[in-house]
Amino acid sequence: MKADVTLDCIGLYCPMPIFHTAKKLKELGVGQVLEILADDEGIKEDMPAWCKTTGNELLGIEEEAGQYRVYVRKSK
Amino acid sequence: MSGKESITLVVFSGDLDKALAAFNIAIGAASMGMEVSMFFTFWGLNIIKRNDGGIRSKGIMRRMLNLMNRGGSRRIHLSKFHMMGMGTWMMKRLMKDTNFPQLEELMAMAKEMGVRFIACTTSMGIMGIGKEAFIPEVDSFAGVATYLAQAREGKVNLFI
Repeated sequence: MKADVTLDCIGLYCPMPIFHTAKKLKELGVGQVLEILADDEGIKEDMPAWCKTTGNELLGIEEEAGQYRVYVRKSK
Repeated sequence: MSGKESITLVVFSGDLDKALAAFNIAIGAASMGMEVSMFFTFWGLNIIKRNDGGIRSKGIMRRMLNLMNRGGSRRIHLSKFHMMGMGTWMMKRLMKDTNFPQLEELMAMAKEMGVRFIACTTSMGIMGIGKEAFIPEVDSFAGVATYLAQAREGKVNLFI
C-alpha cells in the first residue's frame, strides 16, 4: 500500500503508537495516508478502535514477522 | 465545554504504578480526541508536587506529615515490590529498557495533549499544602462540584 508519510513506532508500547499517530496525523492533509510501523501486538486492536473514535479511515493492517504496518487515511 | 467527548479521572492514589496507569489512560484519551481532566486528591496530590524545595506548613502535625509524605513525581514509589527503593528502581529501569517513558515524561506528554490537571483544595487544606508546593502545570485548584460538573458531562469517569 502506498503512504504519504511513514511513522516508526517500532519498540514502543501502548499508548505511544496512538499518541504519535494522533500528533503525526495533525501534520497531514485530509485524504493523505499515514503508514505506522509497530511491533506491539496491541496495535491490531488499538488502531481500529482509535480510527473508529477519531473518525479516520483504517485502510488495512499488514502483519509480517511480528511487525505491523498500519495504514490510516486522514478523513477530517 | 466544546462539543468534544470528555473523560474525567480522579487520581486518589499516590502510588507510582497507579499514576502510570492514570497517565496512560489520559494520554490515550487525549490522543483519541477527548478532553481529559485529571482531579488529584488526597495521596494523589503527591504526583503533582514539585520535586525541588520543601513544603512549608503550619503546626507540628502538618509539618511532620509533609516531611514524611513529601511526594513529587520522582519520589513516589510502587504499591508493591518497592523493597526500600530497589523494586521501584528496577521497574523504572525496565521501563527505560523498553523505551517506555518515565512518569515525568508521561506528564509532559499529557500536558502537550491539553490534559487538565486539577488539585483538590480540601485535601490541600487539611494536609496544609499550599499552591506553591505544586508543579506549575497544575491548571486549577478546585473542589468536588468542579469535578462533578465535568464528570456528568463526560462519557468515561475513573477513580484511581
